[in-house]
Amino acid sequence: MAAGKVEKYKSDGSLGGNALEWVNARFPATSLWKEHLSEYYAPKNFNFWYFFGSLALLVLVIQIVTGIFLVMHYKPDAALNANGVPVAFASVEYIMRDVPGGWLIRYMHSTGASAFFIVVYLHMFRGLLYGSYRKPRELTWLFGVGIFLVLMGEAFFGYLLPWGQMSFWGAQVIVNLFSALPLIGPDLSLIIRGDYVVGDATLNRFFSFHVIAFPLVLLGLVAAHILALHETGSNNPDGIEIKANKDANGIPRDGIPFHPYYTVKDIVGVVVFLMVFSAVLFFAPEGGGYFLEYNNFYPADPLKTPPHIAPVWYFTPYYSILRAMVWNFFGLDAKFWGVVAMGASVVIFAFLPWLDRSPVKSIRYRGPIFKTLLTLFVICFFILGYLGTQPPSPMGELVSQICTLFYFGFFLGMPWWSRMDKFKPVPERVTMK
Amino acid sequence: MSNQGKMDCGRRRLIVATAAVGGAGAVAVLVPFVSSLLPSERAKAAGAPVEAEIGKLEAGQMMTVEWRGKPVWIINRTKEMLATLPKLNDQMADPKSEKDMQPAYAQNENRSIKPEYMVVIGICTHLGCSPSSKFKPGADEGMPADWLGGFLCPCHGSTFDFAGRVFKAKPAPTNLEVPPHVYLSDTRILIGEDKKGA
Repeated sequence: MAAGKVEKYKSDGSLGGNALEWVNARFPATSLWKEHLSEYYAPKNFNFWYFFGSLALLVLVIQIVTGIFLVMHYKPDAALNANGVPVAFASVEYIMRDVPGGWLIRYMHSTGASAFFIVVYLHMFRGLLYGSYRKPRELTWLFGVGIFLVLMGEAFFGYLLPWGQMSFWGAQVIVNLFSALPLIGPDLSLIIRGDYVVGDATLNRFFSFHVIAFPLVLLGLVAAHILALHETGSNNPDGIEIKANKDANGIPRDGIPFHPYYTVKDIVGVVVFLMVFSAVLFFAPEGGGYFLEYNNFYPADPLKTPPHIAPVWYFTPYYSILRAMVWNFFGLDAKFWGVVAMGASVVIFAFLPWLDRSPVKSIRYRGPIFKTLLTLFVICFFILGYLGTQPPSPMGELVSQICTLFYFGFFLGMPWWSRMDKFKPVPERVTMK
Repeated sequence: MSNQGKMDCGRRRLIVATAAVGGAGAVAVLVPFVSSLLPSERAKAAGAPVEAEIGKLEAGQMMTVEWRGKPVWIINRTKEMLATLPKLNDQMADPKSEKDMQPAYAQNENRSIKPEYMVVIGICTHLGCSPSSKFKPGADEGMPADWLGGFLCPCHGSTFDFAGRVFKAKPAPTNLEVPPHVYLSDTRILIGEDKKGA
């Protein structure tokens, strides 16, 4: 405990007080509560962008609860039933049509997946805006990148389970990505599939990863992410350390207790989020074909690829980067470099704390170079995302190559351009803009 | 430890040895778990060859049969289709089929045993999508105006000719794979086995 030894809780003689004293003598209930909520001092100047961490936690809870109930009715079985429909596909239709309330739980889970990525992307963008990944919060950021990777795996495994056309061909493409790795590639994709083709073995192991393995790792990483954050304390929109200015009691002058101040503030965020979430849930659960792709309403057919396949929207920027690589280098084919570029485009976020050399953290005190490049980066990300949903075309290929070049240029050039900017002086205390 | 310089080297060696043996055991226990991820005996047994009846396949048409869960195309190529092949040689990544994507008996200009019948696995060598047929020459099926007919992979835009040869500068690294196959009679093909010398 950073603040030193916390005093043991003493009962006031009441029944509740006695019970709490009994618990505290055996488990650090009160000290945990204080350390992480009632005496965790967060900067007082949090703005709109600071909603998304707690919202991500909310969506995680939604996904776990709805997932538990979906597993009660879902069957991971690729065999055909008496009507010639795969059992897994039919069990999802059964949940949608015959299980009371099943349609709502399933839509909550499928909409929740997209909501998770929206919230997490905004949470990551907040990090970029205010330099939240900078020293001393590198580990918080790395755990966060780990969460993002696990989340991508979780989404990918989960997408196979309805066993529709997109599920099947999406998995086929992604598993085949691994076969592009030299030497180990073909065996690795065989181990992932468990068969020579995507089939029942693949469906069952993806189910296992989706409901047990990855959620456990995810929960562990979320705990590590929050513990690391609470060790260093939160960053803020001014990007200055509130711990550098403490009062006589050792409390940061610009800090306020997380509970009740930010718990109450986050409830506002939760209410607004749930309004938007419910609107999608009840009026557009398919998200215009972006949250649930129309081709996935056809059962998986291993003999026929749909005329246009695209991943779900949250993977499309990386998918565009994969498609942008069409050249062979160093005797390895374009397929391999596509996979390398796609992997690198995700993993490169982990290096941000060491790539960014700017003397200030927050965008508020950074200059035009950062603002322009960050804007272009976001535009590129959206263009890549859009192109990933489209069928391949020569024009799209060229544009995605330009955007891919900029995407990597943004990160790899950062050690130089982040130093050259014009900076404004950083204030001593946080500001309340 | 507080008593520096008085390390008991015998005990230390025992600790190292114990850790090494324990570590070896931990690695050994991975074997059943990793091997359980490999294809099961049942999956291995499921790769039996399949027969296809091609007597009713008219010139210019294509049929699909399933072998090991993959689509195998049989195309009865017309003279016009075959005539496109030599014209495309300089646009192909591997015009002479030098990469090992076919049995030796199909390593020829048509990539087939009989010139008209093409037997090929309909799985793109890029990432495993199944290409769609774009048999009509020209821009009729959304292809460029100089298109001579062949296949387009809908996933990443790789194009193939009527012999399953891949065009240059496309994501697919190799030509489509020709499976082992043998003619049982004039109208029956066995896919998955080639019975050398038969």
